[in-house]
Order: sequence, then C-alpha cells, then structure tokens
Amino acid sequence: MTTPVATREHAEGPARAEVPGCEPPENPVTKFLRTDRLPHIWCAGCGIGTSVNCFARAVDACKIPLDRISVVSGIGCTGRVAGYLRLDSFHTTHGRAIPFATGLKLANPELKVVVYSGDGDLTAIGGNHLIHAGRRNVDLTVICVNNFTYGMTGGQVAPTTPLQAVATTTPYGNLEEPFNLCHLADSAGAVYVARWTTYHVRQLQKSITKALQKKGFSFVEVLSPCPTLYGRRNRVGDGLAMERMFKERCVVKNGAATHDTAFDALAPGQIPVGDFVDRDRPAFLQRYNQTMRAQLGDDFMPYGEPEIDARAEADLFAGPEG
Amino acid sequence: MQADRIGVLTGVHFIDGDFAAAEGAIAAGCRFAAGYPITPSTEVVERLASRFPFVGGLFIQMEDEIASSIAIQGAVWAGAKAITVSSGPGISLMAEHIGYAAMTETPCVFVNVQRGGPSTGLPTLPGQADVMQARWGSHGDYGIIALCPNSPQEAFDLAVTAFNLAERYRTPVMLLLDECIGHMLEKVVIPPADEIEVVPRKLTEKKPGEYLPYLPGENMVPEMVKAGMGHRFHITGLTHDERGYPVMTAAAQEKLVRRLVDKIRLASRDVALYEGRWLDDAEVVVVSYGITSRVVHRAVEVAREHGAKVGQLRLKTIWPFPEHLIDQVLGGRVRSIVVPELNLGQLVLEVERVVRGRAKVVPIGHAGGTVHEVGVIVEAILEAGK
Repeated sequence: MTTPVATREHAEGPARAEVPGCEPPENPVTKFLRTDRLPHIWCAGCGIGTSVNCFARAVDACKIPLDRISVVSGIGCTGRVAGYLRLDSFHTTHGRAIPFATGLKLANPELKVVVYSGDGDLTAIGGNHLIHAGRRNVDLTVICVNNFTYGMTGGQVAPTTPLQAVATTTPYGNLEEPFNLCHLADSAGAVYVARWTTYHVRQLQKSITKALQKKGFSFVEVLSPCPTLYGRRNRVGDGLAMERMFKERCVVKNGAATHDTAFDALAPGQIPVGDFVDRDRPAFLQRYNQTMRAQLGDDFMPYGEPEIDARAEADLFAGPEG
Repeated sequence: MQADRIGVLTGVHFIDGDFAAAEGAIAAGCRFAAGYPITPSTEVVERLASRFPFVGGLFIQMEDEIASSIAIQGAVWAGAKAITVSSGPGISLMAEHIGYAAMTETPCVFVNVQRGGPSTGLPTLPGQADVMQARWGSHGDYGIIALCPNSPQEAFDLAVTAFNLAERYRTPVMLLLDECIGHMLEKVVIPPADEIEVVPRKLTEKKPGEYLPYLPGENMVPEMVKAGMGHRFHITGLTHDERGYPVMTAAAQEKLVRRLVDKIRLASRDVALYEGRWLDDAEVVVVSYGITSRVVHRAVEVAREHGAKVGQLRLKTIWPFPEHLIDQVLGGRVRSIVVPELNLGQLVLEVERVVRGRAKVVPIGHAGGTVHEVGVIVEAILEAGK
C-alpha cells in the first residue's frame, strides 16, 4: 500500500519526529535558503543548484556572519540565485550586477559582497564591467556559472558557446570563438581566479572559500550543464552525461598560466580546471585611503569608517529631529 | 533634521551651476557619487571628486553611464545618499536604471545638465529637449519627480530639495539643469547648516522577520532598510509583492505599478515649487522653466512697458506636472498662455492637456544651441494679448 519513496511528508512526518533523538538532521544548506520560495525554477539536471550548495557550504566554512553578506545577481537562470538565498539579496538588471555590487561594497566596506550570475550576463552584456572591476580590484567575489548558453531566453549563442555549437540564434553552428573566462579575468587583474565544474563539488567549495577570504577581486568560473537548452541541441546528453563528461575530460592544473587553460567543450580534449591565479594587489578602497591620506593628511575623512551599529543608527534617525 | 555641518560650505561663493549642484548634494548628505565624463555636466563630478575626501564621501568614475547609474543604487542599499550626473547621451544610457530605481523604490538623484540633441547634438550648447525623457525615459509606467533650477543659487537649493524628495517618496529624482545654468557663474549663498532642512532616510525600526520592504506606509511609501541590518531582504526589478518576492501575475502588477504611479501623482501639490509674477491682472501668462525663464523675465517686463497685461509662471517642479497651478492661472482673466522652451514643443503638450481649450496656448519652439531672443517672446506676448 505505501511506497518507500522518501517524500517531504515522510521525512518530517510526526510519526518519526515524536521519537526523541530520531529527528532527521537539518541539511546544513537549509538555513541559506528562502524555503518559502521553493520549488525553484531550474530544470532537472541543471548545475546551478549544485553550485549554490557549494557556495552555502563555503560561506559556512568562512564563518561569515550571515547578516553581513550580500548577494548580487544579474538577469538569467543564474540571476535567480539571489532570490533563493536567505541573505540580503539583490536581483539587478541584465549585466549590471558588478557595478551595483561595486556601489554596495564601497558604501559599506564591512559587507562581504558576492556577485552570483551567469556567463551571458557577466561576460557579454556585462563584459565591460567585469574587466573594469578586475582592473580597479574592487573587493568582490564573482561566481560565474558558465553553462555555455542563454538559458532563461531559450538557448541563444553566448560569448562562451563553443565554436560550431548549435543555438537558436546559430542554427547552422556558432561562428565565433568563445572567451576563455579565466584568462579574461586574469588579464583584467583579478587577484584570485579558479575554474571548476559542478562535478567537482569539494574543490569548488574550497575555491569559493578561498575567493571569499581573498581581499580584492576574485573570480570563480563554474562549468555547469544546461541539459535542456545546450546539451540536448548539441548531442551531449542529459545533466548526468554532462557531469560524466566533466569527470572524464577535466584535468586539474593548479597554478596553470591562464592562457593555457582554454578548452573546447564540444571537441574531445582536456578541460583544465583548478586554482589558476592567487596573488596580492591593493584593493580599490585600500589604495583610495592610502592615497588620500598621503595627499590630504589629517584633512582626509575616510569613507567606510567601521559602521556604527545599524540599529543604533536607525534609532538616531528616529530621534526628535527626524 | 538639520544638515551635517561637515558638508556645508557656509558662505558667499562665486561658482557655476554645476559646482553649486555638487555643493547642494553634499549639503543634503550625499556621500557617494558615480559618474562618467560628459559635457556640460562634468564639473559636477569634478567638484564632488575634489570635495568628497574632506567630508567622508567617495566618488568613483565608472566605465560608463550604465555602470554609474546602478553603482549609486548599490550604494543606496548600503545606506548612502547617492547621486549620478550626466547629459542627454549619458542619460539615455542610464534610462534602464532610472526605471530600476523607480521599480525598487531606491531614493537617488540623477542630474542632467541638458545640451542640444538628439544624439551627440551640441555638447557645449544649451537645450531643454530632455524634459519628456526625464518623465518617460525608462520603459514601463512609473512616476518621477523632476526639478528645473534657473540659477546657480537655485541649483544649490534644488539639489538639496531633490535629495529630500527622493527620501520622502522613495523615488529617483531628476535635477534638470541646462548648459547655461550649469556653466553660468553667479553669487551663491550657502546658508549655515542649521538653516538647511535635510530629510534623513527613514530606516525601519521593525525587527527582522517583521519587516516587509514593500509594505506601503505613509503616503503609500514603504520604509527603507539597508544591507547588513539583519533583515535578509530581497530586492528585484521584477514585479514583486510586499515581501519583495517576484510575482508574475496581472494582479501583482496592478497593485504595485498603480502604487508607484499614484504615490507620485498624489504628491503633485506637495512637491510643486514655482514662482509667479504679475499673475493677478494677467490676460497673458508665460509659462517657462530653467534658463528660458530668465529670458522670459525680461520679455515680460518689455511687454508690460508696451502695455500688455502679462504675467509669468515659472515652474521649478516640472514633474509631476503641476496641473493645479495651470488651473489656478486660468481662474483669472487669462486668455492666452505662451510657452517658450528650448525644444520644439514638449512641456507645452502638458499645458495644452490641462488647459483643454479654456485658453489659447502658444508654443514658442527653439531647437536649442542658444536661448530665445527677448524680442521673439515679446512679440508673441503682444500678439497673444490682442
């Protein structure tokens, strides 16, 4: 009569919870999620959810207070990440997550600001912002989920789509060579650059942890299956088949020069993954404060003095003069 | 609340409208600016870049206007009062984020020092052809406030007002200068800080879990919050409910967008700033704003010397369009309304809409590049008075 399928009701039903000590342990990621917004919009076999799982565990590992971390997304499938995370979260406009995050971070340097978006959003329409944020070394962590296509709009060609791949706007094959995003971020000046796939969950979690702890502009590329719109059209199979492809073709090359890390996702051959860049360079605000102090001496009044307790400030605003 | 003394350069100054607007912003408590160089607005951000390090502010020159117009909104959600500055071509690039600010109810100020357009147009010469862009520049329905100073002094005063209105109504506010006002050097009196009224951000006092970022409060305006306060709130440009969560239904759209439009419409009387002159006995009224109002000032005097019963209505607030002021003017014995502007007929459309045939409306178009000749306006007044 009953089936052994582990439904939500089955797992959390009163029959089990009544036995002391037998409550199922809480999933460590649950506290990061706006569970009232589930189910999410992502397809079966999509890798974005896996990346979120790794991100949540990385935040846990860093022990960043959850009230101090903000997530900024652009538009697209990965752009929906901000909306599912139970953090201060901003779903901005297409391509503009990085400049929004730049303002957020500079106006409150106490915040840990993470940009979480897709390849089309960050590297096509938002490409200019990506390279300039790297150049000025704003203290941001960018997590770029690269699924080789525009998912939300139905599978159009992206700057990351492999040569000759079929997309709805390249029905006879893509004519343009894709970006090597890690090389791009490295050239722009990022202080930390890594690439993993949604198959490499432990490594990815570790790299996001490092990126979050790094002062300056850090960039983590996450190769991810889009079975519905990329995989199906290009005969690379379902989500599982793409994960298997990642497993078989990826080669860990920590410290590799990023100009040697290009790959063709459609042709056979290695896909270099790993921690490619880890270096130090003064972050924007650090340089700003140093320069201004040197130029203006005691007349300089720095922005971003450690924030007064937000609650106290709210009370201040509510005072009689308000 | 009074202005923070640190930012207020109390005293008598001889500065241009661009500098004055920058000083007004600082006096109003603005401590974050992002911008991209463009004539004739660049002096605003140059002033901010040199002054901010002394007052705890930060200016960043972004890679383009698109980035500038969204960086300020990030800063606002971190708790800052923020401004971006441009001219027509740059404002066109910022258009999407004017809509984002309206949709997410992010209080911020956009300065447009207008030049001749369309496209690259006349970078160093005046125009007033962005007044409809100021109202409708972004896609979709929303309300907005736009202010038009006609002197460097007023650029200072209205910059303060722009920030105050942005906070009061949680809306983007456009401050529309033009090349003449922006580059005109005049006496600007900056009052003592305790004489400058500043509206502080109304941050919620509710506890995390109880606060809803889009629950309408007083005047249909929700309370603000900022990142790091523990509320774990969500902001989106998608149609959203009171929690800020996306809701893709016609009902949610109706509820949200109608409120966004209504909160500004209903504020129309409260935000309408203007100046009237010789309106009591006027049979002809000249309606103008910005630099054109200074030409009108003389034209009206000359026309009165010729015996014309003419008055002047100068609008400092052009959006929301102050319909009640036009109605009041028509309450007298006014037969004609003359509307000179440095475009080929923009705000005159609003005047015609409100007048509804109750008086003759005479547009005096000018494609920009310079100001009207006084004689042209005088002639129009005398003709309208016949």
